[in-house]
Amino acid sequence: MNITRRHLMLLLPAAAIAWKHVLAGTPEASPNYHMSEHWWSMLIDLPNCIGCGNCVRACQVENDVPDGYFRTWVERYHVSDYHIENPHVDSPDGGKQGFPPAKEEGGKNFFVPKLCNHCADSPCTQVCPVGATFIGPDGVVLVDQKYCLGCRYCVQACPYGCRFIHPQKNVAEKCTLCYHRITKGLTTACCEACPTGARQLVDLKNPNDPIHEFLKTHSVQVLKPYMATHAKVFYNDLDGSVR
Amino acid sequence: MNALKDAGHLFRLAAVFIAGILVFLGVRAFFVPKSFGQYGHYRGDAITEIAARPVNFAGHKVCEDCHADVLEKKKVGRHSRVNCEACHGPLAKHADDPSIQPAKLDTAVLCVRCHETNTAKPKGFPQVASADHSTGLPCDTCHQPHSPAIVAGVTK
Repeated sequence: MNITRRHLMLLLPAAAIAWKHVLAGTPEASPNYHMSEHWWSMLIDLPNCIGCGNCVRACQVENDVPDGYFRTWVERYHVSDYHIENPHVDSPDGGKQGFPPAKEEGGKNFFVPKLCNHCADSPCTQVCPVGATFIGPDGVVLVDQKYCLGCRYCVQACPYGCRFIHPQKNVAEKCTLCYHRITKGLTTACCEACPTGARQLVDLKNPNDPIHEFLKTHSVQVLKPYMATHAKVFYNDLDGSVR
Repeated sequence: MNALKDAGHLFRLAAVFIAGILVFLGVRAFFVPKSFGQYGHYRGDAITEIAARPVNFAGHKVCEDCHADVLEKKKVGRHSRVNCEACHGPLAKHADDPSIQPAKLDTAVLCVRCHETNTAKPKGFPQVASADHSTGLPCDTCHQPHSPAIVAGVTK
């Protein structure tokens, strides 16, 4: 086949574009971790939560969370009889040092750990004006702190109050589901430190994950389902008074 | 060609527009990071940067590699499902370099975090009012934390 000058002129730019695509497809840094094979979330088994605050402390150490700010925290609910719509909630220092004896007598008392729900349709990623926060291909909602302007839109958008502005870095901060751990085959710091198994890391794309059986056999809810965020943190035996 | 006779200004305007677009594309190519748009409307490299954070909690599997004797003790007791670092704290540094010794634990502080009575705790969870229960003695006077039942080898 004769390649004329005219053919070559057409061929070269096409080849250049093709080569650019080859170069763009760089492999991932964790060689054994493939983002497309995971869809991460968490199970909170509320009847097992004892409010010890281990998860809050572990998260703070693992992720350098500044004092007074929380990527995860534990709330204590007190629901007096027939007042399901007005529960009394307290969370002294996020439950980091455990909980003092309850002030109110009687009623219903229980703990609820909270963290980012890693929503599949997360409002926080939708409002980010610069693409600094996003849902990764493995279902974890992350913040690119080099790109974040600190405009606080996402802090307001989150219906669960799971984000804050880092007081020194002035960028959005939130639970990363210990992304640096789960990509190495470890569980999250809060799950590792939980003494009762009340928190369990879940991979919905793993057919052998016990979550599939658990979801079929238990009364599981997510927080604020009416917000249509498709939250992925599953609460077992969640009381109706929890907000 | 009559139609184009007075259209020179249109071509000049088009040239200005094209030059503007080229400048925009050039500036954009310079300022937008290479990995932006790799997976979506965000910087793809951010994912690997977040994943590169150092780990502080080593994970119980790493502990069990060396401390098999403790694992044997723990397995038969009621703390069998409590991970090592739930009490001992984050010890990835110790796992990397065993000469770094973890801090000694104070059972008087540690045990009550979980076992102090609180009305919000699940009813089945073993709880004590520590002031009445031990009269100030440290918990490990009677209970061995790795297998806390008082009679060795017997679990409730």
